[in-house]
This record gives sequence, structure tokens and C-alpha cells, in this order.
Amino acid sequence: MIHSLFLINQSGDIFLEKHWKSVIGRSVCDYFFEAKEKAVDPENVAPVLQTPHHYLISILRGKLFFLSVIQTEVPPLFVIEFLHRVADTFQDYFGDCSEGVIKDNLVTVYELLEEMLDNGFPLATESNVLKEMIRPPTILRSVVNTLTGGSNVGDTLPTGQLSNIPWRRAGVKYTNNEAYFDVIEEIDAILDKSGTTVCAEIQGVIEACVRLTGMPDLTLSFMNPRLLDDVSFHPCVRFKRWESERVLSFIPPDGNFTLMTYHVSSQNLVAIPVYVKQNISFFETGPCGRLDITIGPKQTMGKTVEGLMVTIHMPKAVLSANLTATQGNYSYDLATKVLVWDIGKLNPQKLPNLRGSLSMQAGVPRPEENPSLNIELKIQQLAISGLKVSRLDMYGEKYKPFKGVKYVTKAGKFQVRT
Amino acid sequence: MSVSSAFNDEKGGSSSVGEPEYGHDPASGGIFSSDYKRHDDLKEMLDSNKDSLKLEAMKRIVAMIARGKNASDLFPAVVKNVACKNIEVKKLVYVYLVRYAEEQQDLALLSISTFQRGLKDPNQLIRASALRVLSSIRVTIIVPIMMLAIKEAASDMSPYVRKTAAHAIPKLYSLDPEQKDQLIEVIEKLLADKTTLVAGSVVMAFEEVCPERIDLIHKNYRKLCNLLIDVEEWGQVVIINMLTRYARTQFLNPNINESLLEEGSGGEKAFYGSDDDEDEDEEEKEKKAEAMAMAKRKPYVMDPDHRLLLRNTKPLLQSRNAAVVMAVAQLYFHLAPKAEVGVIAKALVRLLRSHSEVQYVVLQNVATMTIKRRGMFEPYLKSFYIRSTDPTQIKVLKLEVLTNLANETNISTILREFQTYIKSMDKDFVAATIQAIGRCATNIGEVRDTCLNGLVQLLSNRDELVVAESVVVIKKLLQMQPEKHSDIIKHMAKLTDNIQVPMARASILWLIGEYCEHVPKIAPDVLRKMAKSFTNEEDIVKLQIINLAAKLYLTNSKQTKLLTQYVLNLAKYDQNYDIRDRARFIRQLIVPTEKSGALSKYAKKLFLALKPAPVLESPFKDRDHFQLGSLSHLLNAKAGGYQELPDWPEAAPDPSVRNVEVPEWTKCSSREKRREKKVEKPFYSDSEGESGPTESADSESDSASGSESGSGSGEESGSGSASEESEEGSDSEEEEEEMEKDNKKKTKIEFKKQVQESESEQSSEEEERKHKRKSKLQKSDSESESDEEEESESESSQSESEESESEAEVKKKKKAGDSKPPSKPVKMEKEGRKEMSLLDLDDFEPTPSPQITPVNTFRSSSLVTDLEGLSLSDSVLSPTTIAPSSTVKSYELLHRITGEGLSVEYCFSRQPFSSDANMVAVQMQFTNNSTSETKSLHMEDVKLQSGMRVKEFAEIESLPAGESATAVMGIDFCDSTQAANFQLCTHTRKFFVSIQPPVGELMQPVFLTENEFKKEQGQLMGMNEITEKLTLDIKCRNEHAIVQRVTTTANLSRVPCGSDKECRFAGRTVTSGSLVLVTVVTKDEGATQLTVNCEKMVIGTMLVKDILLALTQ
Repeated sequence: MIHSLFLINQSGDIFLEKHWKSVIGRSVCDYFFEAKEKAVDPENVAPVLQTPHHYLISILRGKLFFLSVIQTEVPPLFVIEFLHRVADTFQDYFGDCSEGVIKDNLVTVYELLEEMLDNGFPLATESNVLKEMIRPPTILRSVVNTLTGGSNVGDTLPTGQLSNIPWRRAGVKYTNNEAYFDVIEEIDAILDKSGTTVCAEIQGVIEACVRLTGMPDLTLSFMNPRLLDDVSFHPCVRFKRWESERVLSFIPPDGNFTLMTYHVSSQNLVAIPVYVKQNISFFETGPCGRLDITIGPKQTMGKTVEGLMVTIHMPKAVLSANLTATQGNYSYDLATKVLVWDIGKLNPQKLPNLRGSLSMQAGVPRPEENPSLNIELKIQQLAISGLKVSRLDMYGEKYKPFKGVKYVTKAGKFQVRT
Repeated sequence: MSVSSAFNDEKGGSSSVGEPEYGHDPASGGIFSSDYKRHDDLKEMLDSNKDSLKLEAMKRIVAMIARGKNASDLFPAVVKNVACKNIEVKKLVYVYLVRYAEEQQDLALLSISTFQRGLKDPNQLIRASALRVLSSIRVTIIVPIMMLAIKEAASDMSPYVRKTAAHAIPKLYSLDPEQKDQLIEVIEKLLADKTTLVAGSVVMAFEEVCPERIDLIHKNYRKLCNLLIDVEEWGQVVIINMLTRYARTQFLNPNINESLLEEGSGGEKAFYGSDDDEDEDEEEKEKKAEAMAMAKRKPYVMDPDHRLLLRNTKPLLQSRNAAVVMAVAQLYFHLAPKAEVGVIAKALVRLLRSHSEVQYVVLQNVATMTIKRRGMFEPYLKSFYIRSTDPTQIKVLKLEVLTNLANETNISTILREFQTYIKSMDKDFVAATIQAIGRCATNIGEVRDTCLNGLVQLLSNRDELVVAESVVVIKKLLQMQPEKHSDIIKHMAKLTDNIQVPMARASILWLIGEYCEHVPKIAPDVLRKMAKSFTNEEDIVKLQIINLAAKLYLTNSKQTKLLTQYVLNLAKYDQNYDIRDRARFIRQLIVPTEKSGALSKYAKKLFLALKPAPVLESPFKDRDHFQLGSLSHLLNAKAGGYQELPDWPEAAPDPSVRNVEVPEWTKCSSREKRREKKVEKPFYSDSEGESGPTESADSESDSASGSESGSGSGEESGSGSASEESEEGSDSEEEEEEMEKDNKKKTKIEFKKQVQESESEQSSEEEERKHKRKSKLQKSDSESESDEEEESESESSQSESEESESEAEVKKKKKAGDSKPPSKPVKMEKEGRKEMSLLDLDDFEPTPSPQITPVNTFRSSSLVTDLEGLSLSDSVLSPTTIAPSSTVKSYELLHRITGEGLSVEYCFSRQPFSSDANMVAVQMQFTNNSTSETKSLHMEDVKLQSGMRVKEFAEIESLPAGESATAVMGIDFCDSTQAANFQLCTHTRKFFVSIQPPVGELMQPVFLTENEFKKEQGQLMGMNEITEKLTLDIKCRNEHAIVQRVTTTANLSRVPCGSDKECRFAGRTVTSGSLVLVTVVTKDEGATQLTVNCEKMVIGTMLVKDILLALTQ
């Protein structure tokens, strides 16, 4: 299956290699570098490449390429999903998945990779099982380790792999028992020039942070589960009970995890929280253009819109922007041609506006198309689909846990065409 | 010292660039480069006694490996530490060893003994890790050792070690393919494993070593299907992909009727139109049409195993793992009936929200799917709309999908969407969009003109790439109906002045040449302009100029003769030989000379033949001959190790090959029956004609087949056990006992002497005999076996009641419990068996036991009916204190087809198991439906979850054809619903069977007073209390019905209660003796509250579910 893994940074240096079978020379990556050269953007590199003797499957995560070498037929998604799982594990262990962090924890990373795959076939990918074998580094522990000569490798053998619920380690103990659930909804939408919705849908995810002693068995139920159009679950969720009763019944993993993701389809009407009035034009005569954007609240269910930000990928010909913002700051990056307007909180009384002129490269024809606006926003305490958790019950343990549910709505891929 | 020399040799080749020679003496290290000093440091650290130093050294070495630096010269120093006590050092040494063992084979051998020791460790995890490292060392010499280790590990007690063994198989295979045959044996063995932990890994090994041995799967097929949902995600992917291939070889195409009908209807016009005669028709029909007729006569019926696969994979569409979702999607695409494939669309669309790499792969597969089944994704059209921020490759793929989805109804929306894309800054994407428009225009006639007009407008676009692409597409579109569009051709002719992209110029020239008759005035002028600029044109344009010239010469030689000559002359001296060749060829062809001969006559036909319009096809067409989701599909080329997806077989292979094993849980037994029913169908269908389609057969209505296959014995045992129930309650029923005794005496009297004589020695002899035979039994079993012997002993001697006092105690209990009619045949059987064994041993005249047994069965059954009446009246009389009678449900353990004539049913008799209070008594009824005698029925190879115990039933020596016998075994389920798996053996065959208890059978009734009940309930509040509200079924809104239903579901006894609105029940779990309290409070209109108090949460929740089900149905 997966033969080797190379970690490559943005500038094309291989800074980690791991082989699960015989060693494959680094030169195999040259095919990848070639493809990377050809692609304008790093994200335009095809995830699957064919070379004379191998197949290269790569993912891009946080400016790092995870490049795996394959020799025989294997479902590409299998490899891609696994590579993302590796990146997630790094994120989980070190709080970040960047070159610096990986280099600092090279040995731990190597040990992790050793445990995650056996002969190229995934062995232990559950975070809880891995943490039993290899403890994540913390400042305190590294101090203690230097003093006592202790190690990061768990001295107990992992029993999680043996149990029927590999995602939860045994013998968890907390003094404060708490279970928090974040319902995060993202609005994916395309609005056209006039502001009408071309398509819109809601992607939701329930992130959980469960710190409970023992083997709790939780049941989470919703006020309006029919709303959910399509769902996917963490393996701990009992699918049968969802089918029959529409409740989530599960023995949770310890710590942070994604309990479920769901989808509220475009068939239902999706509320669009803001409207955008925009006017971007490039003049036929003279090397300049005009930009005027106003944003106002639309359907916000009485909540305030925060973290409002507009990102515009300008045409190559735009040299600089001379604009005034009534609220927030704007910046224009000359190299990437990206205009970012960071607005912050939306005040319905005084709508934020950005206007001014754009100067263009002389002699280059007027851009054909106006750039589209990508909008980011956040609304606290609101799930835009109207989904509500009705209750959380715990069985199997005797104490009373502290429970909490939080709702956030964000803009996902929210685009306004101009 | 061989160590150091080897290391010296090695070093020369492997050390990194620019390192000077160096010695091994650390003292001389001073003169060497710092790098090598460091290596010497490392060696020193590794040799030290302190673990912390060793660890530090190993960490640095591993960091070197990770960075890709060579650390092979440290091999000897590192290998020494393989037996280090510190676990982290050990692990890092393993990492090092696996990395460099291949390069330093001799030295690596030093470490082997450590692992061999590890393989014998009592800790399963150490055994597993030793095997893992041992098998990862790629040294050919140790192949035999690995082979041995794998074989041993494959029969290890621990599933985790077995899993590791499965992982080791492909490693060994890649090291030495010669071992294939032996490895296949191991794989075969592991495939039979029933744990989820092993399933994924062994299928992976199967796929790598012997994917062609599909026959190994037959017997494990159903098990794999049933285990699938509990297997870890990666294993799921591998199993699903393998099962897809398997299903393609074993089942019939579910869409066969449809596809044949489609083809047939096409053929009908040709065939039926010409001749009406039916008989003649029959002869003339092609093979396919015949098959269609066959299909019409005999509608397709889906194999239940096929259905099983589809049903069990469906929930996995909800997996968080994209690979699993994709695997299920491809399985449905390749295997499901057309009507059911739609379910995968939603899940695939969900994956589009994932990482862009995932999107890329999913879109490729969606693109292939949309060609074959467009309707599936039509509702999700908008999910494929393109955002300006998508990477180009995703945009192009989305465009592909949108184009495939386009039809008459949605084309206007799609075209509007395309219009915005054309303005995109990403020019590659714009080009792809124009192509897409072209394809929409060819596919959908209604919009062809709209598209064409749109494209013509694009001709005035400022971007040359856009114009060029438009020209190319317009050219293709015009070919379809050129006569209507001479103005467009004229417009394009004008473009030759401006447009510079060679491909576009070439396209225009070809177009003008091809349709020069439509633009007779402009064409020569274009040629004139082109002749002027000929020398500066690109090669493809030059070729088209020659082409244009030739065509004009043929149609309009008067005006263009000279121009053509001029162009041909220019071409004659061109640098490119293709152009020179072409010019020479065309001159010979079109200009008539004496030599040119016959060909020139046909020149016009050659050049101006009517050319078929190009078909604009999706690049994804026909990609579905590759298994979707595979690497080969993505690359559209066969990748190494790709297993071809076979075509459906014409006729289904024998489905009974999968029949050997008995399903895992009781639910399956009904499935089993169903398949029985359907297996038979094809045989009858010809004469009788099929009635229900497959789907209806799948619904759970199989009572008919159930009773048929049960052959009446089920009913008997059912009613029999009903009477047992009542007996249990009514201890005082002396008469019954009397009857019993009489009955027994009659039959037993003959053996009495023998039994008495040899009771003790016989049992010991028997035991010995068993020991010899059952080598595989677990240690504890020998004990229980002897217990069992004793038990059967005491049973057999029951009738001679005057014996020692202590035994009498036991017997009394037994009489209350065991003296039930249905179990009697067993006793008889047992005696019969003993008889036989005695006879065997002592050379007695064989007594015809077979003749006795039937008599008994007969009697007992008649007795049962008598007792039934009694028990019923009894339950009515005293319903408050005892559990009323209820029909005990019997489950199928072995079907008569799977068991080759032997059928076994079991029921939970709810009698205390005499020899061990912690065991649940399971009563089994064996029926021999075959024509020959079945001998020595016994059980073997008991596989249990830890803590569980089984007491086997005594061997049934012989079961004549057509007879039945019953036996009782005890199982301690440890208060869990885990299944007990074992083999049921006859003298010829072994059958894997398993018994899984419903939760209600894991308890036994206790008698509590109302006060006791309340007190106990008060102590089991909070988390231990589970309450459900329900509405009672109309039929069971009276007390009696509630009591009946609850006690049927769970083995509980009624607790007296003052109110008639409330029913209380109490029991204790069999193993741990935890109290189980059930309260049912009824209110108006059937509204009811059900409360279960139990210390064991799991049991409580499961019980609530079961009772809820019983009360509401």
C-alpha cells in the first residue's frame, strides 16, 4: 500500500522521509517538483501523479506537502484520507502542523508514523490509542523528563487497540467532569451581481470536547433532527439508534473530536445574513478603476455579525488601490493581488463602506471580469439552520457532569459575483 | 571482529559525501571531521550503562534517519541494545533495525533471538510487537523463522496477535513469493476468524497475496458482510472493494432485465417489424434477444446474499472516512439495481465539502457516474457550481460534471452559469467552459443555435485564447448543419486577418475549404491572403492552406488554379518534410497529368466527401470498466496489481457454496431460511411462474418457509417448553412427576442394571475417550466435561430415586426443572448412547436404542399437550406470584440444508442449570432429516469472550434418520449478549455455530415482596434507572397481556402489587446476581410508563428496548 512518505516544504526541501518497506530514493520526488513547477499555484498540483515505476499521491496541508509513494493499485482516497489523518494527528499532538514544529519533534513524529502504518497498511490511527503509546509533548513533561530521564513513550502497552471501542482509552479520570459541544454551521453560498442567491446550503459540524471519568455512555438529542439532510458520524456513534430514534448515542473518545457533520440542503431556504452592494468598474479610457462596496445586515435573527472580512482577488493588471474605509482597515498585497478589508463588527446604524480608485497597469487591456468578493463573518449564539440540542443524558457513570452547548454560524465558501 | 569488518566494508559504500577515512578507535578520533566524532560520541553513548544516554543517542540517530542521512555505520552499536529494558530505547532500536536490516543482513541476524523470545511472551502485546518487527526485517535467511512465527501467531489466543500475523503475511510474501502456498493456508485459516480486529487485515493480506483465490471467500462471505460495520475504517475499505469483485463473479446482474429490454426494444423494430410469425421469430432472434425472452419468462430474483451485501454496506455511507464512503459508492454503482444506486449521490456530494484532494478524486468518479446514470446527480446540480477560488483542476472537473448533467430542462440554468464562467480570469478554465458549451450544444439540439450564437459573440473577445477555442468548437458545431450557417462562416473568414492562434486559423481554413460551396466568393480571396503569408505561418496552418487550395482547385479551378500552383510551389520547398510530402501528394492527386492515372478522377470524392460530424465526447466515457474509486480509474490506465472487475456471469454460480456456515446471530437465521426459499425458486418458477419480486421477498415475512424448514419439530418443542414454564411455578404438581416417573421407568427399566453396574467406571472411561479425541478443547473444559458426565449420570439415574441424600437434593431441583417432557428424549438419547458405549466397551448384545427413542418422543409430545392445558389453567389461577406461561421462542442453530440434513434449534428453557447456577440453560433439539444415521454428535472448539464459560452437552452417540433428540447445555454469558461460538461435530462433518442470547434470558426470576421491591428500587435510582414512555398496543391494554409480554421477553417473575394499574417484575442476572426490577405503570388511553432499575446499565438499556418492542407490537 503506502510505500514511503516524504514531507516537503513550500520551497521544495524534503525535511522528513519515512519508509515502510524497502527504501525508495529521494529522486522519485523530482517528478513531483516538475509538476509543482508547472502549476502556477501550489494547490493546482494534481494530487495523483504517475511516474515510470511509482505513483505519487500528495496532499497540501498548511504549506506542507505530504507526498506518499505508491507502487501498486490502491484506492487514491484511501491514501489521501490517511495522509490527512497524519496531518490531523500532528495538529493534535503539537497544536500546529508546520515545518518548524515537526522538526522540533522529529523523533516523536517518527515514532508516530511507525505506529500509524505497518507495512504500508494503517494500524493505529485513533488519537486515543496513539496517545496511550506515545504521549504528546508538553512543557511540563519535557522538564520532568530531562530531570528524571523519563520518556515520552508510554510504558504501559496500549490496550485501546484490543478493546471494542478503540477510540477511548481505559481508566480516564478527571476531577472536573465536563462535556462541551460546539454546533458550528457554515453557510456556503454564491450570490450573483444583483444579490440574488444562486445557490446556498449549510454545512454543520458538531465539535465535542468531552472530559469525563470512566466509561460514560452519552445520548444527545435534538429538538428538530428532521432538519438534517445528510449526516456523517464519528465511528463511536451508534448508527442504528440514529436510524430509529434520531438521537446520537455514543461512548465518546477522550478529549476533542468531531462528533458529526451534517448538511442542510439548498431545498430549504437558507437565510443569508448580509447583503452586499458593490460597484467595481474598470474604465476603458485611462489606467484606473473604481471600487465601492457597502455591506449591510439582512437576516441575522437579531444577532450581531462579527468578524466581517472581505477578500478580493484582483486582476493582475491592478497595481495599487487608493481607498477609504468608513470602518476597519484594508490592505492590498501587490504580490498576490489580494485586497483584504477587515471590518470587524457590523453596525446596522452605520453601514461600513469602502470606496476609492484602483490604478491599473498602463497598456494592458481592461480586465474582462470583475473580481468576486469572498466574505467571512461570524455570528455567535446562533445556528442559522435553527438546529437546537434538546438534551444530553449520561449513562454508565454516577457523577453529574457539567454540560454545555455553544452555537456559532460562520460564512463558509461565501462568494458574491460582481 | 567480523562485526567491525563488516561495518568497515559497509561504510565505504554508504557514508555520505566528503567524509574522510576513519578508524574505529575513538582515541584517534581527533583528526577526523566533527561529523565522525559525533558518530563516535553516539557509539560511546550507546555503550554506556545509563538508559538516558542511550536514549539520547538513539533519538539523535533516529532524527538522522528521518532527515534521510545515512546512519548505517552505527548498526553494530545499535543492535546490541535490542534487548534493552527501557521501552523507548527498545522502540527506537526497532525503528533503526527495520530501516537498516536489509543492508546489513548478517548483523541483523544477531537480533533475531530476542524476537523469537518475544514471540513466546505471555503478554499478547509483546508477542504482537515481536512478530511485527521480526516480519519487518527484510532478510531472506529468516524466511523459515518468519513462516513458523506467522503460523503460530495465526492460531494465537489473542485476536491482536492474529491481526499482526495477518499483517506479516504480505511482508513475507514480498520477501519470498515462493512461500505463497503456505501463506494461502494461513490466510484461509485467518479468513475463518470471527473477530472484527482480524477481518480487515486478513482481507488486505488476501488481496496482496492471492486475490485470484476467490473461492476462499465463499464460506466467509456472510460473516464478512455481517462484521463489516464493526471493522475499523481502513479494513472496511479493503473488504468492500474485495466484496465488490466477489459479488461480480457470484451474482447475476440486477439490471439485466432492464438493459436487455432496452436493447431488445431497439431490436424489436428491426425484427418484429419484418416478420410477424412467432415461431420463425424465435429462430431468428439473436442470442441476446433470446436471453431477453428468458428474462421475461423468469424475472430476475436477487440472491439474498447479494441483498445482504447491499444492506450491510449502506450505513457506511455515513462514515466520516471519505475512502469508506467512496468504497460503498462504487459498490452500489457496480452492484446495485438501478433504482437503488441513487442513495450514494447525497454522500458523494457531501464529500465535495472536504479537502481539495478528496474533491478531486470524488469529482473524477462522479464524472464517470454521471455519464451512465445522469438522473442520480441531477438534484444536486447546484452543488457543482464553480467558485472563483476553486483550484483549476477542480473547476475543470466540476465543469465536466455539469456538462454531463445538462439536459433539456436544466440547460438554460447551466448555460447562464457558464456565461459567468466565460468571464473568469483563469483562461484555462474559460477554454474548458467553451468546450463544455460545445458539448452541450451537440447533445441538446434545442439549444444548438443559442450556443452557436453565444460562441460567435465570443469571437469578438479580446482574449485570443478564448477566440481560438471558440473557433475550434464552432467548427465542430457547424459540421452538423453547415448549410444554415454560411453567415457564420463568412464572419469567421474575416477573422483570419486578426486571429493569430494557429489552431484557430487552421480550423477556420478547414471550415472554409470544406464549405467553400456555401461561400463561393470569399473562399478564393481567403486563399489569396493566405498564399501571401504562407511562409510565415505555423505548420498546421500551412497544411490547412494546402488543403484549402486543393479543395478550391477541385470546385473552382477557374479562379484558383494559379493560386493553387503558387501555394504548392511554396510548399515544395518548405523546411518541414510533412508539408513537402503533402504538397507532392496533392499535386499528383488533383492536377491531371499523363502519369497520374485513375486516382485523380476520384480526387473530388476523396477531398469533398461528406464527413461525419465529430462526436464531442466526455473524456470520462467508458471509464467505468475500471472499478470506480481505484487508482487505475483515476489514471485511466491499469495500475500495477489492479484486479480487473469481472463481468457479471451469464448464469449464477451455485449459491450453496456460501452455505456452510451458520449465521452469526438469530436475525440471520431468518435470512438463511429466506435464501433457502429462493434457492428453490428457480426450479419451480418455470412451471409455476414467479409471484413476488425480490424486494418483497426481502421483507421479513418468511413465516411460511420457516415452518416448512422447521418441519414441525419447532412447534412441538415450542409447546413443550410452554408446559415447562408452568411446571416451574407449580412445585406441588405431584401427579405430573408421577407420570413422568412412570414414563421414564417404562423406558429405562431395561438399562437400569447396566447403568447401575458401570456407572462410575463408564463415566471415567468415557471421559478418557473424549480427551483423546478432543485435543483442541480448552483447559477448563476438561473439568466441565467431567461435570457434565456427572450430571448426565445423575439425570440418568433419576428414576431410581432411592439413592444417597445429597444427590436427592439435586434431583429434587431437577424434578422441578428438568423433568420436562421435551428434555426427556435427551435423557433417553443419553441413555441410549451410554448403552451403546457400554456395549462397545463390554461387548454386550446391542440393544436397539433407535426403536426406543421414537416411542419416547411420541409419548412426550402427547404428554406435552396434556400439560399444556394444565399449565394454562394454572397461570390463570395464580398470576400474581409466578411467571405465567409463555411460549418459549426457539432459534435456529443449524439449518437442515446447511447441516446436510441435520437441523438444530435451540431455546432458552429458563430452567436453572443444575450443575452451575451461573449458567443459562440452553436446550437444543436435534433433528436428523437426512436418510442416514448421524453419529457421535458433540461439540468442539469452543470460542468465547473472556470470562465466559460453557458446559457442553453430552455426546449423542447416534441419531437415526428422521428422528429428533434434545440436549441441554449451559453457558455462562457473563451478563453480556456476546455470542458463544463453537463447532457442532458429527462423525463426518463440523459446523460452525453460535448462540447469542437475548438480554432477557440473562436473568432468572426472584421473588420479592412489595416492600422489598420498593426498598431495592429506592437504592437503584439515578443513573441506574431508565424510564421510557410508550403507548400500548390496543391488544395488550390489560394486565394479563402486559404480564405475558414482559415475561416472554425477559425471564422475570411478577411481584405482587396493590394497584392494578401497575405491574412489577423482579429478577437477578444469572452471573453477577444484580437485581433487575421492571415496573410498568399504565395510565389512560394506553399511555404507559416503563421503568427498569438495574445496576448494570447496559443490561438495563437493552432490556428497556426489548420490553418496549414487546409491548408496542
